[in-house]
Amino acid sequence: MNSTKKLDYTLRLADGALILGHRLGEWCGHGPILEQDIALTNTALDHLGRARSLYQYAAEQFNLLPADDKKNAFTSVAIQNLISAGASVDEDDLAYLRDGWDFRNELLLEQPNIDWAYTAARSFFYDTFNYFFFTQLLRSKDESLSAIAEKSLKEVTYHMRWSSEWVVRLGDGTDESHTRMQQAVNELWMYTGELFSMSETDTTLLKEGIGADLAAIKPLWMERVRSVLDEATISIPVDAWMQHGGREGRHSEHLGYILAELQFMQRAYPGMEW
Amino acid sequence: MEAINKEQVFEWLSNVTDPEVPALTILDLGIVRKVDITGSGPDTTVTIFITPTYSGCPAMDVISIGIRMALLSRGIGKVVIEPQLSPAWTTDWMTEEGKRKLKAYGIAPPHRKAFQPLGLFEEDIVSCPRCGSEETELVSHFGATSCKALYKCLSCKEPFEHFKCH
Repeated sequence: MNSTKKLDYTLRLADGALILGHRLGEWCGHGPILEQDIALTNTALDHLGRARSLYQYAAEQFNLLPADDKKNAFTSVAIQNLISAGASVDEDDLAYLRDGWDFRNELLLEQPNIDWAYTAARSFFYDTFNYFFFTQLLRSKDESLSAIAEKSLKEVTYHMRWSSEWVVRLGDGTDESHTRMQQAVNELWMYTGELFSMSETDTTLLKEGIGADLAAIKPLWMERVRSVLDEATISIPVDAWMQHGGREGRHSEHLGYILAELQFMQRAYPGMEW
Repeated sequence: MEAINKEQVFEWLSNVTDPEVPALTILDLGIVRKVDITGSGPDTTVTIFITPTYSGCPAMDVISIGIRMALLSRGIGKVVIEPQLSPAWTTDWMTEEGKRKLKAYGIAPPHRKAFQPLGLFEEDIVSCPRCGSEETELVSHFGATSCKALYKCLSCKEPFEHFKCH
């Protein structure tokens, strides 16, 4: 039973990395200046690289599951067909053949780029979370997750530096950049709560020494976010209703558009390579 | 086929270069972590453990092909390449020879121990690989590959790349 929980957990991390990587990749060729365009595509590549390591590990776990668990793991037709034909799955199948309701990424990560302020604020919230999350996951008893955490932590550290600097630069910039950053922070705030909610999966894996304690990360995240927003002269939104659902497959309409673009070729021409 | 040893394998690998920074071999970069040889004769299998520099570095696929080709040309057909994520790669593993080659190639090499993350808005002092001046300015922390940052020299006015401490 717990092996499906670990799979669920691994996929959540993989999906988060893929979807944010895709969002950042959308800036390719559209950045405000060339150097920042390159900064975002570099960062997107780190996220995609982490997604690959995690999907490979998820596929490995999936292929070892008993037949019944395999059948119940996903609801999407394309991957169900593959599974019922008795085939094993790989990293690409997991990324390309699942529909939105099988994706477990947090709602924050699928929110649209809108402008530079939204893009920086979204990354800032997630990068800061990742920094504390992977610091904890380093100590996971699961060797693969711990190795991925070790590798990711170095990258996440400079992601956090990049996004924090932009929050400060825009927040403490001109009247217009301040207004836009404040608006981005206000509107994305309701998606930050989901990062810290402990599901049954989280509780079980924490007990087994595999997963991280999200409740313990929250105050660390809050302190860091507060200090950067203070420096940016941005006020912290008052605690409001927090949106949840991404981790359970209940997504905003944005995810469907991302997947349409991301998965089109593999759905139209199954198994194509180039 | 004659029996082979690890020293030979390392010698062969010393000709495999990084496709993004061809001045460096994969041994200079420190990404080859271990070599195992099992079996004998035609069944000889060589397993190479390599660690990626950055998670999404596309050069890793080309490097794997380079390793296979290098061993195949010595008659080793059974090559297993095992990615190893832990311990995570660091520029501290780059050889002094590698740093010298980088500089000669026009890229400022990593100049300090890695993993002292910079604070917000803090910048490294990197000397120009061409004129040696420390009067340089960061253009962007990100460059044409994950491992490099863009700088310009305020003394000789040349732009240059810096292989980041990581």
